Amino acid sequence: MAQEIKNKPEQLAEVDKENKKDAMILFLSDSEEKEHFLSRANRRLLTDPLDDDNPITVQVLGICSALAITVQLEPAIVMAIAVMAVMAFSNMIISALRNLIPNRIRIIVQLVVVASLVALVDQVLRAYAYDVSKQLSVFIGLIITNCIVMGRLEAFALGNGIYKSFLDGIGNAAGYGLILIIVAFFRELLGAGKLFGYEVLGHKGVTLAESTGLYALGYENNGLMLLSPMALIVVGIIIWVQRARNRKLIEA
Amino acid sequence: MDYINLFVRSIFIENMIFAYFLGMCSYLAVSKTVKTGVGLGAAVIFVLSITVPINFLLDKYLLRPGALTWLNEEYATIDLSFLSFIMFIAVIAAMVQLVEMVVEKFAPALYGALGIFLPLIAVNCAILGGALFMQQKDFSGIGEAATYGFGSGIGWFLAILGIAAIREKIAYSNVPAPLKGLGITFIITGLMALGFMSFMGIKI
Repeated sequence: MAQEIKNKPEQLAEVDKENKKDAMILFLSDSEEKEHFLSRANRRLLTDPLDDDNPITVQVLGICSALAITVQLEPAIVMAIAVMAVMAFSNMIISALRNLIPNRIRIIVQLVVVASLVALVDQVLRAYAYDVSKQLSVFIGLIITNCIVMGRLEAFALGNGIYKSFLDGIGNAAGYGLILIIVAFFRELLGAGKLFGYEVLGHKGVTLAESTGLYALGYENNGLMLLSPMALIVVGIIIWVQRARNRKLIEA
Repeated sequence: MDYINLFVRSIFIENMIFAYFLGMCSYLAVSKTVKTGVGLGAAVIFVLSITVPINFLLDKYLLRPGALTWLNEEYATIDLSFLSFIMFIAVIAAMVQLVEMVVEKFAPALYGALGIFLPLIAVNCAILGGALFMQQKDFSGIGEAATYGFGSGIGWFLAILGIAAIREKIAYSNVPAPLKGLGITFIITGLMALGFMSFMGIKI
């Protein structure tokens, strides 16, 4: 933006600046006006949710869908991307409307905005990734009531400018996706011996002689990892590791 | 399908929390004491048994492919199912609001006991999950849908009652510091879910 202004004659630049300022005030809250686009505060919006303020392990948001779809890596990644798209745009839209929404009916307004975005994502997935969309089944629809989306709308987008809300949406969705991918990695690796459907630990034949890789040594897959309860226990262990490293998160 | 079968299935075998992890956020957040857990559980039973049958009617007479034939034979090709998310969630949000007002007017004591939990239910995944599973299951009549909604609510209630009781006790146990609170709750829920899996093979 700054470069554009430099290239123009000076008077024009002045006028341009005025117009831009007006436009900026319309879109951003006052405090953001002078801030650099990736200032320290804005970067924190992106990086905090990855560890200190992780939506799943610290804020306890969005667990419902996080656990049911982590049997394999691929659906987990698709889900993370879908949530990211929904969160970034719903945060932006609600933030743009934040001064127009009456307080009493805000939950319905938020739900309608989120539901429309989710319906959009669902249709796109059906068109371009039908198999994955079948695998995710109702869980795409459940993004609507994913507490992560509503939680961030309530806690952040209703009180902050559009750009910041966008960053907050991306950051929190990334924190959510990170946990999703870690859980899915361990569940698919230990449960099926595969990653993205490829047999990374070697091939398991009917007899020991036909097997290759680790399986030739007598290694067996742990079928328990494929069952849903193990997702909870894996998340519990992730919380344990995270809080042991980052002791300020420990609950009294 | 027999009503009792369906009822027992939806409580134990297809338990909302232990089999599908729905409504997990409020389950973890509100299960610190038995009292609040019971309040939220009762509210969930209430809302689920109302919204699932309503959404069933909506699905049957409005959203399904060919659902509009009761208006006019020519509408047989119309498929409005892409609208289901928005319609379901609007019904749920509206019903929660309505239930809140009715309870406030006619049962102030219950309203006081449920407090903040009533509005929170609108974003409880178990409620929307109930509606979406109902759509997948293709029930033949509203009685089945109502049974399914009520049973799922009871299942959710039992789950939160169990974890709240365990959490009240475990507060006095010597848990490793980083696991305290959230971590141990996850692991206990996992173990409880393993227990509930023993219902899985049962054919009724």
